[in-house]
Amino acid sequence: MDFSVVWQYLPMLLQGAWVTLWITVVSLAIGLAVAIPLALARLAKNPLISSPAYVFVLYFRGTPLLVQIFLIYYGSGQFRLELTDLGLWGFFRDPWFCGVLALVLNTAAYSAEIFRGAISAVPRNDIEAGQACGMSGLLLFRRITMPKAFRIGLPAYGNEVIFLLQATSLVSTITILDLTGISRQLISKTFAVYEFYLTAAVMYLVMTYALVYLFRVWEKRMSGHLQERVVNEPR
Amino acid sequence: MPPFFLTLRQCFFMLDLHGYGWLLFDGLQLTIAVGLCAMVVAVLLGLLGSWGKLTHHRWANLAANIYTTVVRGVPELILLLLVYFGTPTLIQSIATRMGYDIRVDINPFVAGTITIGFIYGAFATEVLRGAFQSIHKGQVEAARAIGMPRLKTFHRILLPQALRFALPGLGNVWMVLIKATALISIIQLDELMRKTKIASNATHEPFTFYLLASFIYLGITLVSMMAQKRAEIWANKGVTR
Repeated sequence: MDFSVVWQYLPMLLQGAWVTLWITVVSLAIGLAVAIPLALARLAKNPLISSPAYVFVLYFRGTPLLVQIFLIYYGSGQFRLELTDLGLWGFFRDPWFCGVLALVLNTAAYSAEIFRGAISAVPRNDIEAGQACGMSGLLLFRRITMPKAFRIGLPAYGNEVIFLLQATSLVSTITILDLTGISRQLISKTFAVYEFYLTAAVMYLVMTYALVYLFRVWEKRMSGHLQERVVNEPR
Repeated sequence: MPPFFLTLRQCFFMLDLHGYGWLLFDGLQLTIAVGLCAMVVAVLLGLLGSWGKLTHHRWANLAANIYTTVVRGVPELILLLLVYFGTPTLIQSIATRMGYDIRVDINPFVAGTITIGFIYGAFATEVLRGAFQSIHKGQVEAARAIGMPRLKTFHRILLPQALRFALPGLGNVWMVLIKATALISIIQLDELMRKTKIASNATHEPFTFYLLASFIYLGITLVSMMAQKRAEIWANKGVTR
């Protein structure tokens, strides 16, 4: 085993890790913005609103992410003329756009399901108390339901974030040079197979557990008032 | 051909798959075969891993914890590439250093099955650990008190109950696992995903074929969901709520 070759290309690997983080953050931010309305649509009483949301969530949770990425990136080629007419071909030709779009739709479906569970787990009493204070509609949602649901859903959402970080490795299959992509490229150049994959694995491991740690701190902060108080007893 | 298959074929022709529909069917069989084999590996590793986590053996504890920590922190794709491309090179370079000249090729089916099983073994470990922990300690003590040997206690008392508790979790592991088998196409195994690629390259209709492939995966998921519900009802037959 000879890791000096890895040392030589370390800046490129770090750049790949940066791309991985960037894709994760962008997909998460957009995915979250899609997920919340989607979760609300899933909970709507009107079946005309809830059933399309249900089908969307079912499809994106029930099929592999790799298929979704290929469907968007390679599949859009079949409608090249139509997309050119609409002026959208420029987007779909770009692997970055397709990769992020697939990740956004995927994480939106998973997060929507998490938030749906969290929103329906908000205790009835809290909502009734809010109503008794004269709140309703959006105000009630913003002040009572949403903060509580976020706290309930945070641990599960943290897991989803970690899954997404790892799922970004799949965009390397559509020519994006993220950490996995750059490792594969360097391997085809240097033939140092396991050195690079092991290094990439360690880098993913570090990123994952950094995120786990961050979420744990955040969870503690969010539910600080629910923690058992540590009392310094006099001796 | 029976009339049912004729109408099925008509459905295929409506989509106009240029005769490549059966190719996907071949791929589906391999996908399910890899998935089932990997699930068996995962459950066996899960049993071993949960034993490692719950035993008082310090080294077994450490090994099981490293296993779940590492596997859940590294993407499946990296692990798959590491096993498939990394292991032969590693073995070869060790052999060269020892003065032998050998070429190692790993069968993609075996590599895929073992890697996917190895990865989801970590998830099964956590599921089974939780299941074993939710069995009351008194039950094992009672079994030991009437003179049941350890192994018999395990398979008569612990395992049947643990599997009931673990059923929902293992069902989830299965559904994630079967979707993860799509990755094996990257190491050139002719499963559903790779057959889809072949068909879409030949017909220049990638959208049609990837959409069809996604519906096949969706079908697997839906069938698994129904089977899981059935299995849970069956397993909870003797339990009052």
